[in-house]
Parts: sequence; C-alpha cells; structure tokens
Amino acid sequence: MLIAVVTLLALGLLIGLGLGWAAVRFRVESDPVIDQIDAILPQTQCGQCGYPGCRPYAEAIASDEADINQCPPGGEAGIRALADLLGREPKPLNPENGEEQPTTVAVIDEQACIGCTLCIQACPVDAIVGAAKLMHTVIEQECTGCDLCLPPCPVDCIAMVIPDQDGTVWAWPEPGRPAAGGVQ
Amino acid sequence: MSVPHDAGTPGGRFLHRLRGGLRLRHHKQVSCARPVERPVLPDVLIVPLQQHLGLPAQALVQAGDRVLKGQRLGEVDCSGGVSVHAPTSGTVRAIEHRPMSHPSGRSGPCVVIEPDGQDRWCEPSPVTDWQTREPRDLLDALCAAGVVGLGGAVFPTHQKASLGRVRGTRTLLLNGAECEPYISCDEMLMREEPHRVIDGARVLQRASGAEHVILAIEDQMGAVFDALQQAVGEATDIELVKVPAIYPEGGERQLIQVLTGQEVPADGLPADLGILVQNVGTAAAVADAVIRGRPLIERYVTVTGHGVAEPRNLLALIGTPVSHLVHHCGGYRDDADRLVVGGPMMGFSLRSDSEPVVKASNCLLVLSADDLRAPQPEMPCIRCGECARVCPAGLLPQQLQWQVRTGQWEAAADHHLRACIECGCCDFVCPSHIPLAAWFRHGKGQLKAQARERAAADHARERFDARAARLERQKQEKRERLAAKKKALRERSAAKKKTPVPNEEVRR
Repeated sequence: MLIAVVTLLALGLLIGLGLGWAAVRFRVESDPVIDQIDAILPQTQCGQCGYPGCRPYAEAIASDEADINQCPPGGEAGIRALADLLGREPKPLNPENGEEQPTTVAVIDEQACIGCTLCIQACPVDAIVGAAKLMHTVIEQECTGCDLCLPPCPVDCIAMVIPDQDGTVWAWPEPGRPAAGGVQ
Repeated sequence: MSVPHDAGTPGGRFLHRLRGGLRLRHHKQVSCARPVERPVLPDVLIVPLQQHLGLPAQALVQAGDRVLKGQRLGEVDCSGGVSVHAPTSGTVRAIEHRPMSHPSGRSGPCVVIEPDGQDRWCEPSPVTDWQTREPRDLLDALCAAGVVGLGGAVFPTHQKASLGRVRGTRTLLLNGAECEPYISCDEMLMREEPHRVIDGARVLQRASGAEHVILAIEDQMGAVFDALQQAVGEATDIELVKVPAIYPEGGERQLIQVLTGQEVPADGLPADLGILVQNVGTAAAVADAVIRGRPLIERYVTVTGHGVAEPRNLLALIGTPVSHLVHHCGGYRDDADRLVVGGPMMGFSLRSDSEPVVKASNCLLVLSADDLRAPQPEMPCIRCGECARVCPAGLLPQQLQWQVRTGQWEAAADHHLRACIECGCCDFVCPSHIPLAAWFRHGKGQLKAQARERAAADHARERFDARAARLERQKQEKRERLAAKKKALRERSAAKKKTPVPNEEVRR
C-alpha cells in the first residue's frame, strides 16, 4: 500500500516537474491560433465585424468572444475556411455585419476635395496622401476598399468604384458559363 | 545530361521517353504544299498595345500622326514588357479600344493605322558589333524591338534570356517541334529561311551565355533538316535533333524531358536546369532585331483547315485583320464553321474575323462542320484512368477535376494543379466527354487570383501594423513631452512661485 502511494506520488511529482519545465522551455509567445485566423481574414481592416481591425477580430474569435460569421469582405469562402480551421460548423454571414460585396477602391473627386485631412486620419492602411487645405488622393494599390473614409468626408467627394482591370488579370471562366466581364 | 549513344537520331543524342502524350493525325501537309506568300497591304491595320505577357505599352503616337514602318507606337519599361511598332507606313486613324484576339474576347487599346501604300521604313538601328557587345546591350535591343516568344506564350524574350543569365545558362534549346496538328508556320520558316533561325541562335547564344545550342525539330520534317544542316555548316556547337512527333512534345518542359531526361521542377523553370528554350520563330525575330535592326512587325501565320479554300502559310504583318488573310487564301468554303486561333488542341475560338493577327497568332484554323466533333453530353467520371495515362505532366486529372469543381483549392494545389500545361490530352481521351482542360484552366486562374488576394492581404496587414505602431509611438511621444513640460513647470514654479504659467506652451 505504502509503496504504491509513494510510487504514484513520486511519479506525479516527476511528471509535474517535467510539465512545468516544458511550460517554461517551450512557451509560445503569441497564440498561433490567432495568427492562423488572422491569415484567413482579408485584412480589409474595415471594422464591419465590430472590432477595430482584422487582428482584434481574430483575437476575439480565438477567445470565443466573437462568432466566425461577422466578416463580410471574407464572405462565404472566409467563413468556410475559419470553420475548417476551428472545427466548427460553417454558418451564413451575419446580416447585421453587412453583405458580401465585390472588392472596391476609393476614389477622391479631386476638384471637390477641400483638404480637411479627415479621411487621411480614418484610413487604416495609410492609403490616402495629401496635406491640410491641399488636395488628397487615394493610392489605388494600397486601398483595401474598407469604406472607412466615406463617413468623415464633409463634402462627400469620395466614391467607391470597382477597380479597372485592363485585361492583365483575366482568367478563364468556369466551363459552360460565359466569361465574366468578357465581351465589351 | 545523358550520354549520347543512340543510333537513329543524327547527332547521336539519346532520346528519352515522353511521359503520356498522344499520337495525333497531323494535317500539316495541308498548308505546306503551297509556297509562303506575303499578302497585299490591308485597308487598315489594328495594332494592340498589349501583345505580350506583362504590362500594356503606353501609346507614343496620337490620332492623325504619320508613322513609318518600324516606328515605335508604344513603349513600356523593359521590366514590364516590350515595345510595339508600326507594321507599315501610314496615318494613325485612332487609338481606341478594339477586340484584340484574346480568348476573353476582351477589348484593349489598339493603334489603328491606315497604310499609305508606300511601306516606307524608318532608319534601322542594327547592333553591328553584336558578336563583341555586352549581353546586356543585346537584351535591351530585343526589348526595344518588341521581341516576344512566338510559340504562343508571348513572354518577353529579353526577360527570359536574362533569367538564364542570372542563374547561368549552359544550353540554348531552339524549339522547332510544333506538335499541334495543322500548325506548320515554324516548319515553313525553317525551310524558307534557315539562315535567319541560325543567326538568331547565335545572337541568343551571345545574349544568354549558352555554351551550345540544340535545335529540335520533328522527325517528319525531312526537308527542314537538310535546309538547317546546310545553314549550320561546319559549326559543332549547334546540334540538330529530330524528336518523334508526339503531342505535346513541343511543350517546353516536355521537350527538355525528351532531350535530356531531366524534369523541370513543377514550381521551377527551365532556367533552373541551365536551359533556355526559345521558339525558332522567336530566334528569327531576334536575328532581325539585332543584326538587321528591324523590330518584330510580321510573323509566319498558318491559315489552314478544311473550311478555307487554299490553305497555306503567310508572312503576315502584325495587325492585319484575320478576314484579310483568309481572303488571300481564297476565302471561306461553304462549309466553314468555326474560326480558331492556334491549334485544335489549345487554340480558342475567335468571335469575329475583323480581329487582328497579333504576335501570339501562329495559326488561323478554319474548321468545317465535318471537322467538329458533335458536342457530346457530359457523363459522370467512371475513373477509367485514361486521362492520367496520357497526362504529360504526370497529374491525376480525374482527381483534380473533383477538387476544382467542388472548390477544394488547397487540395487541388497540393495535387499540383499549377503544373497542368492545359494541353487537352485528357479531354481528348475522356470517354465521358468531360471538359477537363477547361476546368483546369479555370482552376489555375482561381489559384492565381487567390495568391494575388493573399499577397494583397499580407501587404495591407503590414501597412495596418505599421500605422498602429506609428500611432502608438506618437501617443507615447506626446505623453513624454507633456510629462517633461509638466515637470519643468513644476520645477520652475517651485523655484519662483510667482512665475505665471505660459498658456501657449501647455497647450502644445
């Protein structure tokens, strides 16, 4: 009896020590799940999910604060990828967060712009250049189409447009379907 | 490199077996029987500003300008593409969006030229001392002359050659093994102008630093072999090889495998093996560009098929409307049914014959109603495995098609969908008539789009993080500044209790 108790206690102690050492030695600084979730999110940084950017939303998903269906730019495909990663059932996009829409970029009507710099401060990826009382403009390649510059603009001179793709990114359509945006 | 020991192939090179592939009926003699002709000038020439892989060229001319033959119409930085030139002298009528002979039917900016009938050349700018020039200069000349791969991929030649220079090119492989049925433009070029091809080989050799040249042709091109041998003469560093006519042996990776036994890695390039592959037509264009100083403004085009009266090869100006070439070949027969650009295996249907011939157009195939297989209803895959047997890339089409159809992109990528060369062999043998190659083309486009999106997302994440860090830093700096000010004030007020607080500074 005594031998058994002592053996088990010793064993427990040993394993506990081992685990304690491993916890220190192989400590993971950031939660890898957050990185994996963040890698799936589209990085629009639009805040439609209710969090101030994609990374905060990823953290919220990882800590079970947020559901996986709150990202409209990611769309159905994004939800499916998140469901796969986290081993959950995919569900339809939460309409409260918005609808899935084609990718757009912001364009400033430079004649109408008064140079108030409000949109520059709102842009999450620094895609707008300009200075106070001088015309602003959007760097198209950097714009994620998050719409965040629209509300602060006092003169409504920003429009979201579908970027012009000049034949360099054409892809074959699914067989049996007409080419998307093909014949003009 | 494998050891040369085989009999049968002149030059004694041992040929390796091509994996998969098909022996197709060739139909090349249809267009080879008549001599090559140069059609009369058309009424109008439509020159698209994008005829290469990369960025479109920016127009250098305006409507109303008079241009000379060979004058530059558009240019783009050499890292992004090549220049475009006027195919004849005349007046620029307009620069407008027109269909530009692309599978999508998409329109793009084109320079529309009305020829003046004089066909007057601008001053040629040959590189006279090309044998001793730096390779860099030769590559620049190729870019300025608008030389691209004429086998169909229209990848800028100077970019491909410089890729080899970075990694070290040992072998220049000239591809004269056009294996698609019906297409004979390369064969006619080598038969009519073997010297141009060999000259081009020499220039490319100089530009790429290749030690020796292999010129591969199909085993049934007897006349071509003799003509080339005469052009090569006594030179020992150019090796002529006949390869068996199996489709798709004219594919870059397939040809390398047959000649060297080496396989180009799925995610690599022939340059990784020290090999530079160029089409023979491209070599001829290279010779024109460097030795004669003439840009790429014309190419051999095969006009063939049972739907055209007199199938033949033409030396056509880039920008000539397709209808003009068909008219030169006696026009359409009554039973002409479909106009295809490229071969029957990999070509695409053209929507209208008013579209121009571009640098990529190697063949105009007019199919008669008899040529076309009646569209068969698609049946479920029965997993017979015929497609896997013929696939020259060693893929499993029957597995891939499920993954592409159901959108399992990761699985499809793991099964090397990107390595598909879209040759259509699997389509050809499929007893269930599944349009496999069309699915794979679509799937490859999806994978590319996803990669693009991912790159954009990574970029946005980086900028978002950088902005967050900057805002945090600014906040921190402000806090420190305020703290320093407060401290200074407190010290001052402690020293001189009566000192008034300077309002302005605190607000800052």
